[in-house]
Amino acid sequence: MKTEDPRIGRVRALAAAYHAPDGLLPLLHDVQAAFGHIDDIFVPAIAEALNLSRAEVHGVITFYHDFRRVPAGRHVVRLCRAEACQARGARAIEAAAVERLGVAMGATRADGAVTLEPVYCLGMCATGPNALVDGVPVSRIDGARLDRLAAEILA
Amino acid sequence: MRAFVSRDMASVGLGADEVAAALIAAGVEVVRTGSRGLFRIEPLVEIETPDGRVGCGPVAADEVAAVIDGTHRNRIGDVAKLPFFASQQRFTFARCGIVDPLSLADYAAHGGWIGLDRARRAPPAEVVAMVRESGLRGRGGAGFSTGIKWQTALDAPGDAKFIVCNADEGDSGTFADRMLMEGDPFCLIEGMAIAGHAVGAARGYVYIRSEYPFAIETMRAAIALAAERIAPFALEVRVGAGAYVCGEETALLDSIEGKRGQVRAKPPLPAIAGLFGKPTVINNVLTLAAVPFILANGAEAYAAIGFGRSRGTMPVQLAGNVRNGGLYEIGFGVTLGELVDDVGGGTESGRPVRAVQVGGPLGAYFPASMFDLPFDYEAFAAAGGLIGHAGVTVFDDGVDMMRMARFAMEFCAAESCGKCTPCRIGSTRGVETLDRIIAGDRPDENVALLRDLCDTMRHGSLCALGGFTPFPVLSALDHFGEDFGAADIAGPVE
Ligand SMILES: Cc1cc2nc3c(=O)[nH]c(=O)nc-3n(C[C@H](O)[C@H](O)[C@H](O)COP(=O)(O)O)c2cc1C
Ligand code: SF4
Ligand code: FES
Repeated sequence: MKTEDPRIGRVRALAAAYHAPDGLLPLLHDVQAAFGHIDDIFVPAIAEALNLSRAEVHGVITFYHDFRRVPAGRHVVRLCRAEACQARGARAIEAAAVERLGVAMGATRADGAVTLEPVYCLGMCATGPNALVDGVPVSRIDGARLDRLAAEILA
Repeated sequence: MRAFVSRDMASVGLGADEVAAALIAAGVEVVRTGSRGLFRIEPLVEIETPDGRVGCGPVAADEVAAVIDGTHRNRIGDVAKLPFFASQQRFTFARCGIVDPLSLADYAAHGGWIGLDRARRAPPAEVVAMVRESGLRGRGGAGFSTGIKWQTALDAPGDAKFIVCNADEGDSGTFADRMLMEGDPFCLIEGMAIAGHAVGAARGYVYIRSEYPFAIETMRAAIALAAERIAPFALEVRVGAGAYVCGEETALLDSIEGKRGQVRAKPPLPAIAGLFGKPTVINNVLTLAAVPFILANGAEAYAAIGFGRSRGTMPVQLAGNVRNGGLYEIGFGVTLGELVDDVGGGTESGRPVRAVQVGGPLGAYFPASMFDLPFDYEAFAAAGGLIGHAGVTVFDDGVDMMRMARFAMEFCAAESCGKCTPCRIGSTRGVETLDRIIAGDRPDENVALLRDLCDTMRHGSLCALGGFTPFPVLSALDHFGEDFGAADIAGPVE
């Protein structure tokens, strides 16, 4: 028998905090916080712990944009594309970010340095273009700010 | 020396953390507050003096010495005297930006808990009646009478009932829910506890979108601090996972239950069979946060302000390309032009205003020729739009409205919950049709097709995502038709 991936034991330990099906979203957030993504091999343990079917768990993971099934890059840039940021030049900043970070929107760089993701509004709509860089809010992104960010990220 | 610096997410995005750190390094005691709500002056530092707080802003981290010795070039003086603030009617946001959000002492000293104490001395039906008489309508978008919703939940039989706060705030151009949760979380908690008493609910949930990490943290901390004060009512935060449709109330309930966030058919109304099948009041953050004022000051004080059937105040959010972007709470009836030109000061780019989208991604785009529209649910509906959550997003003349129409369809396609065909398939067809118009392929024919598609979505969708996406698309066509000629007329994509 193949030995079990040690991470699965940790998933079970995280799941012990939840007992009912409504614990699924909080648990998925915990799992993603712990491992950076929700690997498909975690699904049976999650389903068992909350008394759900694997299909139900899989259905929830794939429905929500936040949950990733593959690891992200070492840095994650979530760049706002919604209307109020567009009104402040976000389209041009997005094109520049793709170029300077060397990664397509919605993708992870081949060397794993950075993941660039779209986000639809961060609630900072008077001071865009905005991004969350590794969870830290960054506003009024212009060419110079983008250069500094890219330099830090790719350092 | 004591200074106040906002730790609102948008202020931090502009560098408030670095400014606070520099002040502390210079020996100043720093209190972190919510934001006052004018982002042009953030990061804002207010120094406590015997004559009140003296503000400077924006301030950079390497300029704090000038703030301390009173020579900073952006010295404002009393921030509350700026016209942007002096002309507001802050009922809901009275404390935001002034108090320490997690200080129970500050909250009590600034009028907190009066509403809850008054509510708990009155029978539930009396509290519901007060809310109904205030004229308060849902601030999440639909504008439904809060009193009637609460009455339905009060009358519904059930061994358990729930209060759910909708803090999903997915609309672009809106941030009032976020600012309130970060800047005055006890106000929302008090409103929810009042709702619990009014309908007989012992538990509540605050469903916050994951894009709001600061609000999540502040609400969790505030709930822990206030637990004793609101007992036996108990509250819990639930975090969304990046699905716009989970702001729709029934999808939100499914999401709390641990499911995919899909819209439920109504009836039953959530007030009768909502969370876990129990009677549930689901209200927006601003709706619930308006309630403590109503209980503390009386229904008449709230209803005295407003316009037509829109009573009380609306925390309007000025967003996008606008000089004075931020939070502006004012009685209903203010015109769109007053908001954009007088309060907002026009565009930040200094170019002419071309379009204003009101109410987020499902709201219509208005040209400056419609600026006399009064902020009122009925007036906006009659003009082919909606107030929604009162986000006002300003665009200058660089905007390509055909692109914005395409974006509306693209957003709907990306966020559709998939339950009904007109929304799921129609939005994808909409993107394709707009791509043909953009490519200059038979524009007249394709514009007619687009209008047909909007008609199908409008009338055949289960919820407002599919049903209202036609608002931005049709308003772009109706008011900015010149952008839909052929690709070479519309110009290149910026
Ligand atoms: C697609 C969609 C998204 C919505 N998003 C939100 C939201 O983010 N916040 C909110 O309060 N209401 C939102 N609503 C409205 C809710 O369905 C509901 O009307 C509201 O939570 C009721 O509370 P209220 O009466 O206090 O406004 C949305 C509706 C739809 C159709
Ligand atoms: S209109 Fe769209 S989002 Fe709403 S229920 Fe139908 S498919 Fe789902
Ligand atoms: S639209 Fe970008 S932060 Fe709101």
